[in-house]
Amino acid sequence: MHREEWGSRWGFILAAVGSAIGLGNIWRFPYIAFDNGGGAFFLPYLFALLTAGLPLLILEYTLGHRLRGSAPLTLRRLSKKTEWIGWWQVGIGFIISSYYAVVLAWAAAYTYYSVGTQWGDNPEQFFLGSFLQAPDTPGDVNTIVPAVLIPLILIWVVTLVIGVRGVKRGIETATKVMIPLLVVTFGALVLRAVTLPGATAGLDSLFRPDFGALTDGAVWTAAYGQIFFSLSIAFAIMITYSSYLPRSSDLTNNALIAGFANSSFELLAGIGVFAAIGFMASSQGVAVDEVAQQGVLLAFVAFPQIINTFPALNSLFGVLFFGSLVLAGLSSLISIVEVYVSALRDKFGLERTTAVLVGGGACALVSVLYATDGGLFLLDTADSFINNFGIVLAGLAEVVAVAWFLRRLGVLQRHANRVSDVTIGWGWRISLAVITPLVLGYMTFDNFRTTITQGYEDYPTGLLLIAGWGAALVALIFGIVVSLRRWDPEVLDFDTHTLDREEVHT
Amino acid sequence: MEGSSVVMMVIGMVVIWGGLVASVGYAIRTGRQARKADTDR
Repeated sequence: MHREEWGSRWGFILAAVGSAIGLGNIWRFPYIAFDNGGGAFFLPYLFALLTAGLPLLILEYTLGHRLRGSAPLTLRRLSKKTEWIGWWQVGIGFIISSYYAVVLAWAAAYTYYSVGTQWGDNPEQFFLGSFLQAPDTPGDVNTIVPAVLIPLILIWVVTLVIGVRGVKRGIETATKVMIPLLVVTFGALVLRAVTLPGATAGLDSLFRPDFGALTDGAVWTAAYGQIFFSLSIAFAIMITYSSYLPRSSDLTNNALIAGFANSSFELLAGIGVFAAIGFMASSQGVAVDEVAQQGVLLAFVAFPQIINTFPALNSLFGVLFFGSLVLAGLSSLISIVEVYVSALRDKFGLERTTAVLVGGGACALVSVLYATDGGLFLLDTADSFINNFGIVLAGLAEVVAVAWFLRRLGVLQRHANRVSDVTIGWGWRISLAVITPLVLGYMTFDNFRTTITQGYEDYPTGLLLIAGWGAALVALIFGIVVSLRRWDPEVLDFDTHTLDREEVHT
Repeated sequence: MEGSSVVMMVIGMVVIWGGLVASVGYAIRTGRQARKADTDR
């Protein structure tokens, strides 16, 4: 089957940047930086970017470009023994996209609610009560919430239409519109935020360095975690996207651009979010650390409060903020859906439209689970477990398999250097063979230890077993089971894809 | 804002945004050179 290709280098870069820039850049990074040493956090953050983020990004670009397949096909062409890791990552992507779409549905609904600040004077009550109808007991699921279901259907229609249109006419065209629009809308919001009274107090809290924090191992783990989750690595997206690159494409500088663009947006988000939080603290006459939040509560409770307090144009800035969330999230969602669309096409020989409707349609159906009144707790649990026991473990398996069991870093390095403008050397191999496995291994150990001894958020065990451990385990079992199915010999019989043979089309 | 906060903010901007500008600039330069080489050939 002829493999689709990106229309241009910048089309690929924008799609990769769009995948990396997501909700976490806006609602996770600012608080993580604030909570882990403030300005001093930039040291471990940059160290993690250089020793894990960029090396892993280059590894995945190189794997996809050299072996030209979805993650399962790429890892199958690498070795028969590693295909299951690719399917495991596909399973992880499927689960993530099922709840990620629901958060986008919330953001889309809030873009509408911004007009006239319809959440009223008590945004927390509006979000948990009127909008989500969340039950008092986590784990209870009684009914579908139409206010979530309707925008959810809209999000899935847009996502699947983009998917059906293909790599060049769909994903590339969409991200060429969405990413510049995101930069403009979010940039406008940041410009307004930094000119609000009290903004400098917020920025002071974000950037005030606590160098003593650098001796705390948890700060370094937080930096690696932020880089790892933020760059869309280890769940098959970058392998899939780079498999659509033409033969003579740069890899390493593209990774540098995508990595720095992602961090640049995170920094911009940190400035915007903490300027706004400083404004809210100032208007309430409290300290910044009393109102600083992250995640869902930052976006859907704190920001509506902040927007309520804006001196003018409240509705406009609400639309800009929640519109930015939709744009950032949508460009990430279409990249996750492409992971299983590409895998289904490679393994089962499906046409694109069929693969999008089967894969995306199944995921859309699963996502209705999170559009129920208990959806917030289901989603929160699944997100924590699939991140900590899915992405981190699959990333660890991928890097250990390539670096230690198959010992392919040398040949991949030669391929990357042959096609790229910026060459990589021993530092890249050390980062992947030593630093990344050590950090991911420690994160895995720490995640298991913390979750087993302390549980998660005081949620009931049944909820954690089904929506948490269950989701993480289902992705792994799915990976192992699907990898047992035979490939069409023609798909694998592609000797130019044998890694050890030198590339002829440079 | 305290002086140390300003310094860290400026360092963060210079390193991260500077890294982006440098990598994009390098891609544009090498792209132009490649196109020129193709034209000269």
